[in-house]
Amino acid sequence: MEPAKVASDPVEIQVGIADYKIGRDPARLITLGLGSCVGVSLYDPVLKLGGLLHLMLPDSTQFSNVTKPAKFADLGIPLLIDEMKKHGAQLSRLQAKLVGGAQMFSGLDNKMVLNIGQRNVEKARALLKDAGIPILAEEVGGNRGRTMIFDTSNGKVSIRMLGSKLKVI
Amino acid sequence: MSYRPLSPVELDALKEIGNIGLGNAVTSLAQLINRRVNMRVPRSSFLPFEEMIELVGGYEELVGCVSLRVLGDAPSIVLYIFDKESTFHLVDMLMGLPVGTTGELDEMAQSAIKEIGNVLTGSFVSAISMMTGLKMITTVPLFAFDMLGAVLTSLMVAAGRVEDQVLVIETELFHNAETLIKGHFFLLTEPGAIDRLMAALGFSEGQGS
Repeated sequence: MEPAKVASDPVEIQVGIADYKIGRDPARLITLGLGSCVGVSLYDPVLKLGGLLHLMLPDSTQFSNVTKPAKFADLGIPLLIDEMKKHGAQLSRLQAKLVGGAQMFSGLDNKMVLNIGQRNVEKARALLKDAGIPILAEEVGGNRGRTMIFDTSNGKVSIRMLGSKLKVI
Repeated sequence: MSYRPLSPVELDALKEIGNIGLGNAVTSLAQLINRRVNMRVPRSSFLPFEEMIELVGGYEELVGCVSLRVLGDAPSIVLYIFDKESTFHLVDMLMGLPVGTTGELDEMAQSAIKEIGNVLTGSFVSAISMMTGLKMITTVPLFAFDMLGAVLTSLMVAAGRVEDQVLVIETELFHNAETLIKGHFFLLTEPGAIDRLMAALGFSEGQGS
């Protein structure tokens, strides 16, 4: 049997596609393989409380049947903000970081290369602005997949890309 | 938009479609690279796409992915995912280089891989089209070489396939022990396309479900 986890170990909480999770220091929130999807982190530095959302699409209103609201920026971001507030976060203290929104595919098929990544990023920026939450840093666009690791002890976000050094924002 | 549930018989029929289409595709690939290529018996199932990713590897695994849209009577997306080594091996074989030469993908190598995707898909689709009498046209291939999770989710989003579950016909291609080509093939159909495929195979709608 494995020994029990040491309590001071930073806990890793994985955030799935079209999902969000909340964590408190020393937890680390991780979402893997962001392509055109966007990872939105919210941080309350006083409580050392963080939330991470992995959204896929900008706008839910073009879809009649929404089963996972966290899939969409327009529903997921308000949900994440509410969840942070439920855990005691104050809106005025929240800080955001954005990662992802890449254009992964190269080719000539116009229908498929509509830049969803960019639209996701723009929508997320607009929604955060409306909510009055400042975006402290971004690592968006380009054509590379990214993994996002959010450390709730200090609010720092590390970005892992294949064949590149870890980048911290 | 959601799928009606398919009966085991219908899923078997889809697997058979996959078998015939892939058999044809694998033969074309073998001719193209002048090597023997084997294929496992395809599986067909409904999967949440998290599971589809796990089927191939990890979210952060480096893969090459060629995808094409199929237009016509049965709109769908066909995609091939090869792991990193297999992608390099395929490029070597197609370009007649000793296996192990290619270690990164320049533009030439990328177009070689796209061509392989084109050939695989073309023969896959024409076999199904011939069997069912449905009109199916393929578009130009798209290519990505990056994290599996990023590639797959971006592809589904771009194609408007954002249901929680996808119908997957999947198989593994492999070469002999000397050079492994490990690839996964997926056919993602739109809901209406399945009914048309089923009808063309002689199933009436909802039969057995």
